[in-house]
Amino acid sequence: MEYTVEIENLRKEFKGFTLKDVSLRIPKGYIMGLIGPNGAGKTTIIKLIMNLIRKNSGRILVFGKDHIRYEAEIKSRIGFVYDVPPFYEDLKLKSTASAIAPFYPEWNQQLFLKLMDEFELPLDKKLKKLSHGMKMKFSLCLALSHHADLILMDEPTSGLDPVFRQELLERLSHIMLDEEKTVLFSTHITSDLERIADYITLINNGKILFSKALNDVLENWVVIKAEKDLLEKKDIPGIMGYQKTEYGIEILTSDVKKARTLLPSDSITEKASLEDIMYFTNKGDNNA
Amino acid sequence: MKIIISNASQKPIYFQIAEQIKNQIISGELKEGESLPSIRKLAQELQISVITTKRAYEELEKEGFIDTVGGKGCFVAMQNKELLREKKMKMVEDKLSNAVAEAKLLGVRLEELKEMLTLLYKEDE
Repeated sequence: MEYTVEIENLRKEFKGFTLKDVSLRIPKGYIMGLIGPNGAGKTTIIKLIMNLIRKNSGRILVFGKDHIRYEAEIKSRIGFVYDVPPFYEDLKLKSTASAIAPFYPEWNQQLFLKLMDEFELPLDKKLKKLSHGMKMKFSLCLALSHHADLILMDEPTSGLDPVFRQELLERLSHIMLDEEKTVLFSTHITSDLERIADYITLINNGKILFSKALNDVLENWVVIKAEKDLLEKKDIPGIMGYQKTEYGIEILTSDVKKARTLLPSDSITEKASLEDIMYFTNKGDNNA
Repeated sequence: MKIIISNASQKPIYFQIAEQIKNQIISGELKEGESLPSIRKLAQELQISVITTKRAYEELEKEGFIDTVGGKGCFVAMQNKELLREKKMKMVEDKLSNAVAEAKLLGVRLEELKEMLTLLYKEDE
């Protein structure tokens, strides 16, 4: 398999937060979802890939090349989609586009105009007049207009209404028709991802808990619910988190097949959603 | 080709897709040699991940329902209709014998079971 992004032992220390020697590979031609609670390190990873902040140690390759040594070349092939586009607020959208176009050898003005039309974005409006969602769309429109091979999106759906979110997902699945394109998108709204992401990376507290094909996760991870006296967490193979209440216990496991053979007969097994997984793994950390 | 995906279903999405395509091949709605949308096209149409449609096609290919021709796409494989029907009947038989075994465990009588079956059979009509 070819990888668009390869991250090895990436470390970044902030006051009060450390990204702890993270390794991650993003396969070419697929969508990778980066999920985790607020403050887990999602944005840090994306900013490090873009070299907007300096890493302490580790290695990042994008398109097989060092992300700092070949920064300009790499960035001309990346579409960075961010809800606060780093452009002059007082510039009209069409002027913003003409200002950035020269940086991208692949810029396609006709495509840009066509997309602006499709996205219903006003060429003659100033950036500061746009709503949050429209800024996001404008950012995406720019990325698509220079034929970015890697699209990095940091929380693209947060703060967007369902109609916008749906539009974005449609756009993403359209991009994936081209097997040369790769998307990395971070979010804490996991329902957006459950259908469209090929791979999922869960990060919590600066560490990667797993990075896997989403199908594998959704098929093998379950939440087991039982009376609390019937089940001890040590009984369950592959336990990733649990919670106990007055009335029962709920356990997240990544190994449904093994777990099933050990369960008391009146326990309930339910498919784990990404949200369950995020919730329980976060809890497990605190309790264990 | 018709595909309807249920998010509420316990069955994984790739399985739902493979099952529906299979049924359309068995019923003859999809004809031998007919071309199927590419993995990426289908993923886009259904707005699901590429891996999911890929997996569905892989299952179908493994079971001999479709052929992948490099560079040209996926096609409904040449089928032996009788053989297909037999395969399907065998599946029904297996499931029924599971149900019978469970029923026996619970002490359900044959008459009761027949009644249950009749009810279930007519339910969708």
